[in-house]
Amino acid sequence: MDAAEQQLAELAKAGYEAGFVSNIESETVPPGLDESVIRYISARKNEPEFMLEWRLEAYQKWLAMEEPDWAHLKYTKIDYQSISYFSAPKSAADAPKSLDEVDPELLRVYEKLGIPLEEQKMLAGVAVDAVFDSVSVATTFRKQLAEAGVIFCSISEAMREHPELIKKYLGTVVPQTDNFFAALNAAVFTDGTFVYIPENTRCPMELSTYFRINERNTGQFERTLIIADKGSYVSYLEGCTAPQRDENQLHAAVVELIALEDAYIKYSTVQNWYPGDENGKGGIYNFVTKRGVCAGDRSRISWTQVETGSSITWKYPSCVLKGDDSIGEFYSVAVTRGAQQADTGTKMFHIGKNTTSTIVSKGISADRGQNAYRGLVRMNKGAENGRNHTQCDSLLIGDKCGAHTFPYIEVANPTAKVEHEATTSKIGEDQLFYCRQRGLSEEDAVSMIVNGFCKEVFNELPMEFAVEARKLLAISLEGAVG
Amino acid sequence: MEHLLSIKDLHASINGKEILKGFSLDMKAGEVHAIMGPNGSGKSTLSKVLAGREEYEVTSGTVIYKGENLLEMSPEERAHQGIFMAFQYPVELPGVNNTYFMQASLNAIRKARGEPELNSLNFMKLVRTKLKALEMDENLLKRSVNTGFSGGEMKRNEILQMTLLEPTLSILDETDSGLDIDALKMVSKGVNSLRSPERSMLVITHYQRLLDYIQPDYVHVLSGGRIIRSGDKSLALELEEKGYGWLQQEAAA
Ligand SMILES: Nc1ncnc2c1ncn2[C@@H]1O[C@H](COP(=O)(O)OP(=O)(O)OP(=O)(O)O)[C@@H](O)[C@H]1O
Ligand SMILES: [Mg+2]
Repeated sequence: MDAAEQQLAELAKAGYEAGFVSNIESETVPPGLDESVIRYISARKNEPEFMLEWRLEAYQKWLAMEEPDWAHLKYTKIDYQSISYFSAPKSAADAPKSLDEVDPELLRVYEKLGIPLEEQKMLAGVAVDAVFDSVSVATTFRKQLAEAGVIFCSISEAMREHPELIKKYLGTVVPQTDNFFAALNAAVFTDGTFVYIPENTRCPMELSTYFRINERNTGQFERTLIIADKGSYVSYLEGCTAPQRDENQLHAAVVELIALEDAYIKYSTVQNWYPGDENGKGGIYNFVTKRGVCAGDRSRISWTQVETGSSITWKYPSCVLKGDDSIGEFYSVAVTRGAQQADTGTKMFHIGKNTTSTIVSKGISADRGQNAYRGLVRMNKGAENGRNHTQCDSLLIGDKCGAHTFPYIEVANPTAKVEHEATTSKIGEDQLFYCRQRGLSEEDAVSMIVNGFCKEVFNELPMEFAVEARKLLAISLEGAVG
Repeated sequence: MEHLLSIKDLHASINGKEILKGFSLDMKAGEVHAIMGPNGSGKSTLSKVLAGREEYEVTSGTVIYKGENLLEMSPEERAHQGIFMAFQYPVELPGVNNTYFMQASLNAIRKARGEPELNSLNFMKLVRTKLKALEMDENLLKRSVNTGFSGGEMKRNEILQMTLLEPTLSILDETDSGLDIDALKMVSKGVNSLRSPERSMLVITHYQRLLDYIQPDYVHVLSGGRIIRSGDKSLALELEEKGYGWLQQEAAA
């Protein structure tokens, strides 16, 4: 028995005494957070010692931090002691036995998205024992990736198999104490993805969480680390257009991207967590910290996101443009309807010379939805000839919703140029009537107008994702007018 | 022969203000009717009420189209039933590709009629032939619907849609305004190509010149929300000479 296993055994025993529930199918730590829980997680994951220390340090700092309240969001405070921080795998006992037990509304949406039956089951959390086709697909993919030298695995596996890379990069972009939610994530994260693209390698396929078969259940506290070595390229897809249910209300993920010289990372997200009922009840709180550093000269990081789900979204994918001539991009569509609230945007830190950033944000609000864009563009003293262009458009459907824009601009270099454009428009009755006069239903008209509004962002998505995102948007806005 | 469209004593208002005040008109299949009349007399109101714009409240009167109560149909149902309106002010749809829009429109209508939808390839073939007939710039297909189009381009784009959809009843609201002479000829050619014993047209215009190209069977003068005079093509010539004053005085007397 090695040290970790021994520790685990001890903890399990201690856990049992402390009330840990354990059976063959599931292991769930009772609600609450203290050092022993973190030790348990680290041991369960077979992590190297330095990881445990790193987690404990984060936890200590988190204890001293305050939950931020500056965002344009209203929600009942989260009780962190009421959350269970470890649960693996999901208990099959309370999972629906078949699709007959799943919310028919959810099934209707799956149907509309054209999702195959087996996959519907997986998304709805139906207990399945059959082997998916996708497993074999995933295996083929893994082989191809290995041939290219690409590492693509769960972050837990990476901690065991590639501790040197983890040690070198983890927390270098989003430090443990970056913010309240990032600190919590650092202390308790249980799942996530690790990607390493070797020098001068073009990743042979788009990487998607979808094909990461290990530890498939998306954790509540995910952590993703992507490193693109010199001259490499990778396109990473996160999320899924089908609405995903999760019993965990709070999601606090951290994503770190590192692009070395001449490397290019393209990170695309479609987020469609359960938004809750019309009053937002039961919806997911999504507090995410995403940041990339363009560490090398001429490197480039591009974030594209389509956010339609969650009851609350708090998310600012950012770029730190350190390398000279590096490029940061942020393309975003955020939809809020019902009681959904989103406070999202980006930060572009220009540090190196001739750095360029582009921000295109499209906010869509319907019903009582509240949508805030919050963006920071900072040109440091050394950011000679830094350039930023920000375009921030809001579309309102109905008159009970709201759009808010909070641009922050800080320029410390006189040669830098920052441009900001903002528009707010309403889906006009004139536009709808024009479309309907041409035979389109009101719903199709709304979806067409909204998709037109989002075009610049969808153009940035990989083809297949864009097609799905369009469908998703149409479904998300069903019945928003009239 | 039965009427394609029969409007009886139509009253319609917007924001509590009555605009149509007892408008009546009968149109048979195959006929072209021109409507002329001073600014603000209710011409565009009439076309929008016929196309189903919900902002306008119909307070009394009836509209029977193909034997059915038109006023009960949604705007899209009217389109499916073959009613097309070329807008006086076409609407911009930023980011919505013009070709895509027209294909979606044609297919929505075909689908509603139980006809097979056209795939992109066949649609492109079709739209290209129509485009050529109107001598339109092919680039307009790649742009967003009406976005940044010149006044004349917008009007031609409306007629392009009309020739694609081949409507039973076309309502052209000042399609000639803002067109240069060549464009006017082109548009008229497009409109005339659709003339047939099954199709009818309601052509709203301020200029009798258009009626040289699109020869109407009847000309009506709309003033104060109703028709104050009807005649044949010669009425348009008379109006051009004398204006509307004499008719309005007669109507008031
Ligand atoms: N939304 C509205 N609210 C109030 N009045 C309106 C509204 N829309 C139209 N009107 C009024 O209705 C009257 C008729 O307008 P309409 O557009 O039908 O005229 P028209 O005959 O088409 O004029 P033109 O020759 O200038 O195009 C005008 O007095 C106009 O100001
Ligand atoms: Mg008018």
